[in-house]
Amino acid sequence: MKPDLFEAPDYFNIDDLLSEEHKLVRDAARSWVKREISPIIEEYAQKAEFPKQIINGLAEIGAFGPYIPEEYGGAGLDQISYGLIMQEIERGDSGVRSTASVQSSLVMYPIWKYGSEEQRQKYLPKLATGEFMGCFGLTEPDHGSNPGGMITNFKDKGDHYLLNGAKMWISNAPFADIAIVWAKNEEGRIHGLIVERGMEGFSTPETHNKWSLRASSTGELIFDNVQVPKTNLLPGKSGLGAPLGCLDSARYGIAWGAIGAAMDCYDTALRYAKERIQFDKPIAATQLQQKKLAEMLTEITKAQLMALRLGQLKNENKATTAQISMAKRNNVDMALKIAREARQVLGGMGITGEYSIMRHMMNLESVITYEGTHDIHLLITGADITGMPAFK
Amino acid sequence: MKILVCISHVPDTTSKINFTEDNTKFDTNGVQFVINPNDEFGLTRAIWFKEKQGASVTVVNVGGSETEPTLRKALAIGADEAIRVNAEATDGFFVAKQLAKVVEDGDFDLIIAGRESIDYNGGMVPGMLASLTNANFINTCIGLEVNGDTATATREIDGGKETLKTSLPLVIGAQKGLVEESDLRIPNMRGIMMARKKQLTVLEPVEANQETKAVQFEKPAPKGEVKLISPDNVDELVNLLHNEAKVI
Repeated sequence: MKPDLFEAPDYFNIDDLLSEEHKLVRDAARSWVKREISPIIEEYAQKAEFPKQIINGLAEIGAFGPYIPEEYGGAGLDQISYGLIMQEIERGDSGVRSTASVQSSLVMYPIWKYGSEEQRQKYLPKLATGEFMGCFGLTEPDHGSNPGGMITNFKDKGDHYLLNGAKMWISNAPFADIAIVWAKNEEGRIHGLIVERGMEGFSTPETHNKWSLRASSTGELIFDNVQVPKTNLLPGKSGLGAPLGCLDSARYGIAWGAIGAAMDCYDTALRYAKERIQFDKPIAATQLQQKKLAEMLTEITKAQLMALRLGQLKNENKATTAQISMAKRNNVDMALKIAREARQVLGGMGITGEYSIMRHMMNLESVITYEGTHDIHLLITGADITGMPAFK
Repeated sequence: MKILVCISHVPDTTSKINFTEDNTKFDTNGVQFVINPNDEFGLTRAIWFKEKQGASVTVVNVGGSETEPTLRKALAIGADEAIRVNAEATDGFFVAKQLAKVVEDGDFDLIIAGRESIDYNGGMVPGMLASLTNANFINTCIGLEVNGDTATATREIDGGKETLKTSLPLVIGAQKGLVEESDLRIPNMRGIMMARKKQLTVLEPVEANQETKAVQFEKPAPKGEVKLISPDNVDELVNLLHNEAKVI
């Protein structure tokens, strides 16, 4: 792996719109990624292993629940800081960002928003330090874009709930200490349950042979008559809106994260194009390469502005699900296209692990699929602007 | 032990350098600023003294409000408090005079300044500051231990190292070697949160003359065209090196 010479593009001086603290948080995450992620990530991706040793560092830079209030062990930062941290981590690797997104938006967020005070006190501080790692179970083998059709369910057995079913494509599942599991009660209403590792009948087999997010650990959650204490039900919210609220937060983070992957691909391609000599001149001096690079930077700049504005709306509690969908869809698609173009700039070198581009490209194939597919997000926008949902 | 670390706010080493106002002023447009690397080595050593020997660490900068993010980062890394002297850092003498006042008022035992800032590379401030405050001075420091009132410092000298013993108060010119790059601290979230509550005092400057003035800056000439010579044509290479480049 080449040394990490990353320089972040900021063509419209968007830094001027950030606060002093935003930049401090962002630069700390950027430095940490350069020091701790870049030197090791290729090796872990190649061997398809999550680098567990980075958990402590992720916690230290505030990647776990940065917007959770300080009283629960979070950093009490705003949504733009959260976005910037996700951007910097995904600049290193989408898989590592996925681990942080899940911990923050899909585990800490529902406990904070829908949990009891006891649940908050019990879990949030340990999740913030990485002492506990969490995962989130919504998707099932037969229910992806249509989570409302889930069959995972629980029955009231008097002093406990009895949970049965299975979840699939769960980031962090193989090593998670707790899982936020969405399941239907006997009336068919969706509720969130906190399932802890060690509960009898709960297992988390790992998903192997992924070509994407190889440095992230993915698995299934299997519940075979798991007895869950009644105090582990999230009391604050039920129905499909509860997990979708978590997804809004995670998708928002992804809209920022994808910019990081795109910036890394662009920066790598720009540097390579300036150094690579063909026909006695750098390929950066040719029109076709300039078209690629100029379009990449244009798209990154647009995505940066969209994410920042969405962050401002989110800080004011005004960001809608449909706005978040648009940003997630646009920015991930933008990043994937840039990864493909950047790969071409590097020619054959682009397919090797010496550069980060192909790893980003393969990662982004997951990112464009998870947390609402590219197509589903389009339908969310379509439903929002026409008032006519076209999901089925 | 009370430590003062002098911090310059300098352009990141990857910045594109341009000048304005008829080549007399640095163009800061679009430039990222960082803690001067030589100062950061010093700050990191100061934090070590704080953690291992219970020292207190104050950071100081002479500059406008635009330099506060750099001080805030130093606080997030672990400094206890910060001082900003509210004046443009016009030349070495002016800056040294401002720092001398801070040193005198704060009764510091150890003053750490980078041996030079990487923007203008003046290298004057640490020596002037020692002189103005009647402190001992050791420049180009690559090692420092303090025991009571005695300091043992290692300096880089031509072809080797020199170890010196001296007493506090002491000014050192810090550089890489005092700590290594891998020792530099990345602010963690706890540090960033604590930095919000730490004191950043703004002082008005004392009267001091600006003894030097920038007349003009010139950038190095752009690199010339590269001539590629076939490996078989050594005679041509020798001819060009001798007659055109005139290096042999």
